[in-house]
Amino acid sequence: MEGFELFRQGAEGRIFKGVYLGKPAIAKERFVKKYRHPDLDSHLTKERIKSESRSIIRCKSAGIRTPALYLVDFNRRTIFMEYFENSIVVKDFIAQASNEVISKLALKIGAVLGKMHANSIIHGDLTTSNMLLVNKNGQKSYSNLQDLELIFIDFGLSHVESSAEDKGVDLYVLERALISTHSTASEIFDQVLEGYKLENKSGFKEVLAKFKEVQARGRKRTMVG
Amino acid sequence: MVIALGLEGSANKLGIGVIKDGEVLSNCRRTYITPPGEGFLPKETAEHHRKNVISVLRDALNQSGVKPAEIDVICYTKGPGMGAPLASVAVVARTLAQLWDKPLLGVNHCIGHIEMGRLITKATNPTVLYVSGGNTQVIAYSRHKYRIFGETIDIAVGNCLDRFARVLKLPNDPSPGYNIEQMAKKGKKFIELPYCVKGMDVSFSGILTFMEERADKFLKQGYSPEDLCFSLQETLFAMLVETTERALAHCDSREVLIVGGVGCNERLQEMMKQMCEERGAKLFATDERFCIDNGVMIAQAGYEMFKSGTRMKWEECFITQRYRTDEVEVTWRED
Repeated sequence: MEGFELFRQGAEGRIFKGVYLGKPAIAKERFVKKYRHPDLDSHLTKERIKSESRSIIRCKSAGIRTPALYLVDFNRRTIFMEYFENSIVVKDFIAQASNEVISKLALKIGAVLGKMHANSIIHGDLTTSNMLLVNKNGQKSYSNLQDLELIFIDFGLSHVESSAEDKGVDLYVLERALISTHSTASEIFDQVLEGYKLENKSGFKEVLAKFKEVQARGRKRTMVG
Repeated sequence: MVIALGLEGSANKLGIGVIKDGEVLSNCRRTYITPPGEGFLPKETAEHHRKNVISVLRDALNQSGVKPAEIDVICYTKGPGMGAPLASVAVVARTLAQLWDKPLLGVNHCIGHIEMGRLITKATNPTVLYVSGGNTQVIAYSRHKYRIFGETIDIAVGNCLDRFARVLKLPNDPSPGYNIEQMAKKGKKFIELPYCVKGMDVSFSGILTFMEERADKFLKQGYSPEDLCFSLQETLFAMLVETTERALAHCDSREVLIVGGVGCNERLQEMMKQMCEERGAKLFATDERFCIDNGVMIAQAGYEMFKSGTRMKWEECFITQRYRTDEVEVTWRED
């Protein structure tokens, strides 16, 4: 990939940074994972690329901001997407923000997620590493939450599903990711649910019930040596 | 100098070991093996432990050369595990503590695996994949807890392998997982199976049902039992490596430690090593002596707890079938 530089290695592939048709872009290359069987690897990679592109487009039509999709190249196992110059990963933002700000951010996270679920988009990999805050004024400043736009990324494990079960699991994945990463996880998650309720009014009750059910499954599971 | 005696019997292995300041003095084990096609049940497993516990204890003490008077603390598995086998061993630990007048510590089984792995491999702050017959967890340490980043949302990976071994009627000696591993080495044809990763969580029950329902059909179609074992292992382990990699990326970690009975599978270790190499991380793993349930790992975790000042009242020294890894306050780590 000409003009693209390795930016970081994510969980699924390598992320390169460069310019695509005059716009700052990232190229996400899901390189061959040698540890897995070639058939499984090519099947999974294809599925993930398809899921990621589909959900981004579905988000767009639902009015949910995600990175814009520039090019999908199956042969090079690469997706070219919009790069956000002035952005911070939510995980890092939370580490340095006050509880009051975190609480407002959590409300936002819930609202975006609620909207996604209302549109039957299941993210599948909700962690604070997979959310960005982008400065709307093009500045490298992340002190004022009002100037920041929340953007979900990494839709590789996403799928389209209207059932409450998958939405419940999605919430469960997020709760667990919060608990393992952040010390104020339970406060954050309560606010997430508040925000979620605002944007997915009709589905909230059913999804919450499913979420509790999924949660109970995890806790009830016996763990024998 | 601290000498700790550890007793473990949460599942079908009965293990007793002695450790002295990080030096393994003895590590004795006896496994309850059931006939092919059958799993182990609580009542019979507890019976096995009761029958063998005294002679294993004698072996462990004799091999260590330690006299009861020299022991500083007695450690036993408090949970998680099967109730009856846990109780059968805890009773012995309680008796010894009273007989020899020693402090008693109940240890979380999962923490035992992690601390033993850290001791043997010298990994400092690894992301841990804990895989056994009853557990499948991706764990990382932060803020004085071993936190669960991902886990199975239904059955454990070892349980999935064990139950598939029953479908093929593979022997349970030395263990069903070991026999699947040997068969898989001869497998050639890969069958595509369901693959189920949800964030950092995994699910295995669907794959097991898929295999149980179709095994006969695949065999009739010309696939060998070896092909089935091979395909199953490749799929299950790919899921484990993928979720471990997700945790690694999320935590910016550079070390992976595999513990638990399934952790001595060489194919899993090989796959994990490849993943680590691709991202500049390092893999730490141990062999069957320490991966498979054993007594010395309980002694090691108990030793760490004891040294950091943990003491348990007699009333706290009970057993519990459900005891999550992240319930334990890690008092012995400074970071």
